[in-house]
Amino acid sequence: MAIDGLEKIVAGHDLFAGLGDTFLSTVSGCATNVRFAADEYLFHEGDAAQQIYLIREGHVSLEIAAPGQGRMAFQSAGPQSVVGLSWLVPPYRWTYDARARGDIRAIALDADCLRAKCEADPALGYAVMKRFMPTIVERLHHTRLQMLDVYGTPG
Amino acid sequence: MAHPVEQMDMTDPMVPTLARILRKRVEIPGVVTFELEAPGWQGFAPGQFNMLSLFGVGEIAISVSGYDAEPDRIVHTIRDVGATSHGLSLLEEGDTMGLRGPYGVPWPVADAAGRDVVVVAGGLGLAPVRPILYHLLANRGDYGKVTLLYGARRPEEILFTEELGQWRAQLDMDIEVTVDHASPGWHGHVGVVTTLFRGADFNPDTTTAFVCGPEIMMRFAANALTDAGVAADDIYLSMERNMQCGIGLCGHCQLGPYFVCKDGPVFTWGQMRRVMTVKEL
Repeated sequence: MAIDGLEKIVAGHDLFAGLGDTFLSTVSGCATNVRFAADEYLFHEGDAAQQIYLIREGHVSLEIAAPGQGRMAFQSAGPQSVVGLSWLVPPYRWTYDARARGDIRAIALDADCLRAKCEADPALGYAVMKRFMPTIVERLHHTRLQMLDVYGTPG
Repeated sequence: MAHPVEQMDMTDPMVPTLARILRKRVEIPGVVTFELEAPGWQGFAPGQFNMLSLFGVGEIAISVSGYDAEPDRIVHTIRDVGATSHGLSLLEEGDTMGLRGPYGVPWPVADAAGRDVVVVAGGLGLAPVRPILYHLLANRGDYGKVTLLYGARRPEEILFTEELGQWRAQLDMDIEVTVDHASPGWHGHVGVVTTLFRGADFNPDTTTAFVCGPEIMMRFAANALTDAGVAADDIYLSMERNMQCGIGLCGHCQLGPYFVCKDGPVFTWGQMRRVMTVKEL
């Protein structure tokens, strides 16, 4: 796919909506279009976190496997979501599995590429971090609410 | 224990009538739905509640979860959590319970005509909003986009699964269900109910939202709706407090400047936003 086509797709994702043309072009240089079939894994726990996935279509199940209990989904991510935050923090390893619940269309950003560009241009790095922070904070809020178990039996 | 049900004088709001259980259905473990008959009962508007009593044990406020166009069927969905609800949940078809009501300010469903409607429910909160959904489906052409976002604790605790399937099949309402804790074999959404807002399709400028569930969930949902651009006074919540008289006399259900039984249980987020963050209330 032509770069300008990818730029348009990256710009159309909520994460990078409104990002300036120059930064958008730089970020899109790290992007590729990817597809996953149902039940295919985007990544596995323990693997190197080499991609960030911007989901365009379909839903991804984020799971942790436990001995004797099989895989346990703790979150799902749908269109316009971001899957993969471990690329931000050393040692850049996935801490869970991500499995396609159905056919997935996504943009994969190469983590090494994006980190290098952010290191080289702090303004870009700041712009990218500002866009990831709401996702991180939102996940933290949602996790807190999940932990409160608000639907549990009162008393 | 079965008793004859006679038409009773229901003009005194503190005097219960005897309601006979016509049908009982176990929805999920610990949650039952009763279909009652109570001659003389005047019908209800979505969002109103009845006081149900088990004589010698106690009385509790329970929202009506049936269809307001069928006033002869008084439908209540009860979770077994306390002495009274436990005793009531043990009753069987043909048994009777005390009933007085309906009470309270209803959901302003008719006022939402011409607008998009988002219904957000959590856990047993699906029961008090079910009358809204019945009304919307029966009058579908009067409303814009209709969306139900429902969160449950686990897949096994999803209420009204049969009806959710029927409503989905009608294809004129978007229904998204999520669970906080997925079980093996669950293929739906996982996460709190507010995670469903991202995929919901509604115009915030012309949306009326009805929210019911645990208070913390309602706060999160109302904040997510206002973040999405829905006006605070277009977001309605159903509050739950210790209602005793049901008619604003005893003060047990006071919440700030309001008596929940009389001024509510349905309030706007604009009314509730401040009082719901006061720990002492």
